[in-house]
Amino acid sequence: MVLPKFEYLAPTTLDEAMQLYNELGSGAKIMAGGTDIIPPMRDKAPGSKCDFLIDIKHVPGLDYIEYDEKQGLKIGCLTKLYDIQTSKLVREKNPAVAQAAKYVASTQIRHKGTMVGNICNASPSCDTAPILISCGAVAKVHGRDADRDLPLGEFFKGVKKTNLEPGEIVTGLVIPPLAEDECAAYIKFSVRKAMDLAIVGVAAWLKMDGKKVVDARITLGAVAITPVRAYNAEKALIGNEISDELLQKVGVAAMSDCKPISDVRASAEYRHDMVRVFTKRAIMKALEGYKEGEI
Amino acid sequence: MKKILSFTLNGEPCEVLCEDNRSLLDLIRDDLGLTGTKKGCEEAECGACTVMIDGRPVNSCATLAREVEGCEVLTVEGLAKDGKLTPLQKQFIDKWAFQCGYCTPGMIMSAKALLDHNPNPTEQEIREAIEGNLCRCTGYAKIVEAIQATAAEMAEMAAAQKGEV
Repeated sequence: MVLPKFEYLAPTTLDEAMQLYNELGSGAKIMAGGTDIIPPMRDKAPGSKCDFLIDIKHVPGLDYIEYDEKQGLKIGCLTKLYDIQTSKLVREKNPAVAQAAKYVASTQIRHKGTMVGNICNASPSCDTAPILISCGAVAKVHGRDADRDLPLGEFFKGVKKTNLEPGEIVTGLVIPPLAEDECAAYIKFSVRKAMDLAIVGVAAWLKMDGKKVVDARITLGAVAITPVRAYNAEKALIGNEISDELLQKVGVAAMSDCKPISDVRASAEYRHDMVRVFTKRAIMKALEGYKEGEI
Repeated sequence: MKKILSFTLNGEPCEVLCEDNRSLLDLIRDDLGLTGTKKGCEEAECGACTVMIDGRPVNSCATLAREVEGCEVLTVEGLAKDGKLTPLQKQFIDKWAFQCGYCTPGMIMSAKALLDHNPNPTEQEIREAIEGNLCRCTGYAKIVEAIQATAAEMAEMAAAQKGEV
């Protein structure tokens, strides 16, 4: 099927991209990998139409993976999911982020799609959002008049809706470093291992003092209109020592933190129950850590 | 409005007139007549349209033709040289790694991308490399075998070459 008509623009500097995006207004879309833009456009899905497609692939300096002791991992908006998944640096500094990248779609999609594109698409089942939210990541937002840092926890507004202002572009992500007493994991539950969306996705970030949980951030994916923090589960967790009984309680608490829908992948009831199971598993996985070669 | 698009296709410079809304898949098949690359789902789900762009396997249905300006695109037609199949292509035949054949070109491009980066993959790595390529006939076992056999054959060839030097 032929794609609807649009004009393709390929700016070669960020300034040029910003100027185009701001001048062309709501008829323009920013594209990096395009894997979440082109198929919906062909399907004439709601919201997929655009008059101008601004491909920022040719803007230099936006494809990077760096690590800074203070700020943590820095990932550019053109950095492909495959490169994040296979990055030694990401696997060493925060393997859960590499794991989340690997959960997305297929090898071919990850060779084209970017992590920033994955979050900007703002799907409720977005695989990279929960771990970014749990780890306290921040989106570097470039606006016409000013730049700002938008925490991932405040990034999502609804299904396919973000809190970016018109004309703003996300140029990268900053994921704070994991201290020695901190750990994180993301687990996706889906029927197929590839090319499938999550029934439930759970990310856990923990700060430990021996067996005691000092602080925790649990984020649930695919069980509400946006990825959501499981505040009740966190409350049940913080200040207590890890035990089977505690994890049981935390899992049950997480069920009250989500509002899943029934769809082709699972019923709302099943998703609710799987939130209970996978919240426990994500916490256990964070505590266990990732073995070398596991991802 | 049609504009000129310049890129490298299977090692040869290529210049074509194309619309902004042309997918790379349609350009390759309908405008350039290279029908080895298959059109399956057009949703970036099935992998039948897999080609390599600058060494990466991608779904050409989810790629705009314009995106490959200045890039190197490799399709299944670019593998065999002077009518001589590559070891990977030969192993797909020898191991019966196809039945209807529709997924085969995409499967081969994904396998090539894997072996280019990782000449000695584990079975797990092979299965992950072709996770975005659906095959409804073979059950994948023969495809995995063909890729394993290719890796083994290439390792032998490399060892033999070393021995000669």
